[in-house]
Amino acid sequence: MLASYVPIVIFILVALSLPVVGLVVGRLIRPYKPHATKLMAYECGVDPEGDARDRFSIRFYIIAILFVVFEVETIFLFPWAIIYRRLALFGFIEMLVFLGILIVGYFYVWKKGALEWV
Amino acid sequence: MPEVPQNPIEFFLQNAAAIGPQLHLIIWGMVILCWGFWTLPRNGGRGLLYRFLRLFQHPAVLAVGGLTMASLQLYRLWGVNSGPAFYNMITLDSFALYFDMLFLVAAFLVVIMSYKYLDIEEEQHTEYYALILFATAGMMFMAGAIDLVSLFLGLELMSLSTYVLVGFLRGRKRSNEASLKYFLLGAFSTGIILYGMSLLYGLGGSTNLHEIGRQITQLEDNSLLTLSLLMMMAGLCFKIAAVPFHMWVPDVYEGAPTPITAFMSVAVKAAAFAIFFRIFFVAFEGLWELYVFPLALISMVTMTLGNVAALTQQNVKRLLAYSSISHAGFVLMGVVAGTERGITASAIYLLAYTFMNLGIWAGVILLRRKDIPGERVEDFDGLFFRHPAVAVLMLIFFLSLAGIPPLAGFIAKYFVFTAVLEVAFTQGAPYSSLMVWLAVVGALNVVVSMFYYFRIVVSMFMKTEYLPVPLSFSKGLVVVLVVTGVFTLLMGVYPQPFIQLAQFVNLPLI
Repeated sequence: MLASYVPIVIFILVALSLPVVGLVVGRLIRPYKPHATKLMAYECGVDPEGDARDRFSIRFYIIAILFVVFEVETIFLFPWAIIYRRLALFGFIEMLVFLGILIVGYFYVWKKGALEWV
Repeated sequence: MPEVPQNPIEFFLQNAAAIGPQLHLIIWGMVILCWGFWTLPRNGGRGLLYRFLRLFQHPAVLAVGGLTMASLQLYRLWGVNSGPAFYNMITLDSFALYFDMLFLVAAFLVVIMSYKYLDIEEEQHTEYYALILFATAGMMFMAGAIDLVSLFLGLELMSLSTYVLVGFLRGRKRSNEASLKYFLLGAFSTGIILYGMSLLYGLGGSTNLHEIGRQITQLEDNSLLTLSLLMMMAGLCFKIAAVPFHMWVPDVYEGAPTPITAFMSVAVKAAAFAIFFRIFFVAFEGLWELYVFPLALISMVTMTLGNVAALTQQNVKRLLAYSSISHAGFVLMGVVAGTERGITASAIYLLAYTFMNLGIWAGVILLRRKDIPGERVEDFDGLFFRHPAVAVLMLIFFLSLAGIPPLAGFIAKYFVFTAVLEVAFTQGAPYSSLMVWLAVVGALNVVVSMFYYFRIVVSMFMKTEYLPVPLSFSKGLVVVLVVTGVFTLLMGVYPQPFIQLAQFVNLPLI
């Protein structure tokens, strides 16, 4: 019973040692030249402006919500693609129905102007 | 692992009957969403086609069309028990049929009393009706669900649509606040239900309610089952607005657009009761001894606290919100009874409540005029001297809510009381005394509720001054008032067909 947990213990040990080993080895072999610029927040290569804790345009939220919706769609597509052969025509039609409903939503969002950034 | 059907078309046709009405609502809802982008030219001549399309330009007409199609579909399927469909996910038995009918009636009345109100509030129409149709479809999925997964999906479809509808008055702070409160608390309670469901799945080894019902009676240790039952009970009590999970109700009912408040107090509540019955009478069948005490206590506290809190309210929407809490307590009496008669009683109660409560809310919508919120008790002043017909109808609704014979509310209360007392006579101690106490508390509450209903009646009939601003009548509102008035009277005077209808409701315990 307990013996069956040995692989998990080994796995945890490997998982823990991997970042430790990586960081230590990297520290030993890389050149060490600290600089203040290296600690700055990265903003597409431009100097960061102002505080990060700021009010965002509401459009970011709309894009974020839309992203979640279509991300979930992809998540549903993955398992379907994997057992596509087994589900055959049935799965295909089911997925068409699912995508059809999503496309109506997409059409609605598009016509509503939520995708326009002006 | 279930077999994958070889012929998808055939599979769909065999199973489609169980979700026919829902399909109609969802497709029409999507049509409404897209239809809104397409506008007819203002002056397209007098051609027949143009006039026909012009008629359907308003989304409310499309929504009525969708609801009519769904009702026709439901009527076609009436009495045909489709049996479990889609791999035991959903069914259209007599229980689901009855509740589907109730949801459709409520949605229909709410749609036709909304369009003028939205114009007064200067809000858009399109999404409003689409969301009502989606919410109604979600309720129907709830009523027909015999699997935890489909039940939960229906619940979510209904809740998410309602969250948006509550916040539909975007310009109003109270509406936004109500929506956010409802969303946060609703999501929290859904999470609690989900916890209960996951425990139940672990105990029963299946998500099918009938299978769970069979499995959990063979359990030796009841402790986890009790935990699961309590979690489900807490989550569902939130959805039906029972004390102590009622805190959101006054704020949300006050902030929401008035037709949506009406919709929530009638249809959303009925849908929550539908899954209450499904879970407690199918999955928790045989655990009556376990849940009867907490549930009876909740029922008593709910009706008492709802009524007592309503006594001092100055805002009519808040007053009616508390009244709706206390009515949830009465409907719960049917669940507490745990018998066939209990289901019938609650079913009759919910139907009667649909008519009389929608009538009251239609009256509140009438008082909402441009620049006048019309939500205080004083706004009812002198209604009798200005519009005697409306005032008399409102009197009928209030009397019915209080449970005065010969009106619908009396029949409803009569049935829940007899259901509870029947259990009192057939069960031994301590259940018999519990049931008697429940009935006594219920009867006392009827007297309390009379007081605050009559505060409004007094202001309608005894005060003579009124604001000389015309009420916001519309054809739809008049239809709602007449229909609800007629049915409130009819159910009280000639209850036989309605009783037969409700006796047709039963849960097949496979």
